[in-house]
Amino acid sequence: MTKVTLEVNGKKVSKEVPDHTLLSVFLRDNLNLTGTHVGCDTSQCGACVVHVNGKSIKSCSTLAADIEGSKVTTIEGLAKDGKLHPMQAAFKKTHGLQCGYCTPGMVMSAVDLLQTKKNPSDQEIREWLEGNICRCTGYQNIVAAVKEAATKM
Amino acid sequence: MKSFNYHAPKDVKDASKLASSNSAFLAGGMTTIPSVKLGLASYKDIIDIKNIKKLSGIKVSGKSVTIGATTKHAEVAASKDVKKAIPALAKLAGNIGDAQVRNRGTIGGSISNNDPSACYPSACMALNAVIHTNKRKIDAEKFFVGMFETALKSGELVEAVEFQIPEKADYQKHPNPASRYAIIGVFVAKHKKDVNVAVTGAKSCVYIDKDLSKKLSSNFSVSAIEGTEVKSSGMNSDMHASAEYRANLVSLYAKKAVEGC
Repeated sequence: MTKVTLEVNGKKVSKEVPDHTLLSVFLRDNLNLTGTHVGCDTSQCGACVVHVNGKSIKSCSTLAADIEGSKVTTIEGLAKDGKLHPMQAAFKKTHGLQCGYCTPGMVMSAVDLLQTKKNPSDQEIREWLEGNICRCTGYQNIVAAVKEAATKM
Repeated sequence: MKSFNYHAPKDVKDASKLASSNSAFLAGGMTTIPSVKLGLASYKDIIDIKNIKKLSGIKVSGKSVTIGATTKHAEVAASKDVKKAIPALAKLAGNIGDAQVRNRGTIGGSISNNDPSACYPSACMALNAVIHTNKRKIDAEKFFVGMFETALKSGELVEAVEFQIPEKADYQKHPNPASRYAIIGVFVAKHKKDVNVAVTGAKSCVYIDKDLSKKLSSNFSVSAIEGTEVKSSGMNSDMHASAEYRANLVSLYAKKAVEGC
């Protein structure tokens, strides 16, 4: 067992967990933050993407113990005072989701992109989202959502 | 996932002491963690090397670029120093996997794993890299032994990779559309005296194509290798590409890389 202390969505949390606990498991099972989804569980689909110290990573392939002391932001941490984050609002507006399973990861990846590139081209958006797989939308409206959010962020 | 004991030592000595035949060093974990999850590997001890400060960072001297083992792909891709000294190396790092993998995956992990389709080993071979471990220095051509196999011994840890700065270089890969691993990747480096053409993805282990290297050493131009037949014997054949197709890609991507220099 190991003690893992993190700041998750602005709140300090500390839990005693088995050494091999994945960050995705820590968030979902220990903190009940089930917005972070587990799709393929082999680090290809990107449904589990969260931010660790501001950078997007795949939480299903990261040990909770490995990021001890870090700041984590999950999809639950984006909305402020009941108001959707501009990226969430843009996904809603442009119909950037259908079943919604991949959406938390898509949104977290896209937010990370706009942190470093304020006005990405279609090509840059598609390349950045290579690690996020969606089986419903065909990606068109996801790209449109990121472009829409770029005008608001 | 099978359980293991997690350790995060602060220096190389302690990390080495913890190592056994039933342990693995953990850097970014982009291969190690999924392998354990899939039951392809299991360990009693996982030794995380992230706290060993001297293993991270990029240094450029007159003749070489030295990258610490735990330096992440995203850091190499964004490094102004690497972009200036060996732009092809920054480009290679910026196209490994996807953005989230590049935020975690490391150069030391990539070369220690020696996946036959990994990008970095080709850069090591073409740029006459020297692999610095906690025990010795190993030339790249002796480091990469076979499929997922290196010259590393138990408890031996990669500390840094020292690349020779070439006159010109380029890396071209034909990525698997899902995993972004190289179905074929060709790294061409023109040094003062000779040219190295390193190929990844084609065979069970990265290698130097001697024929292409020799032709380009005497005449560094696309026309020098135009029409050169790359033999398909010993090349991988799978659902993504046949051996013959891979052989053709090697020839095509070698030309692209020369053009890109």
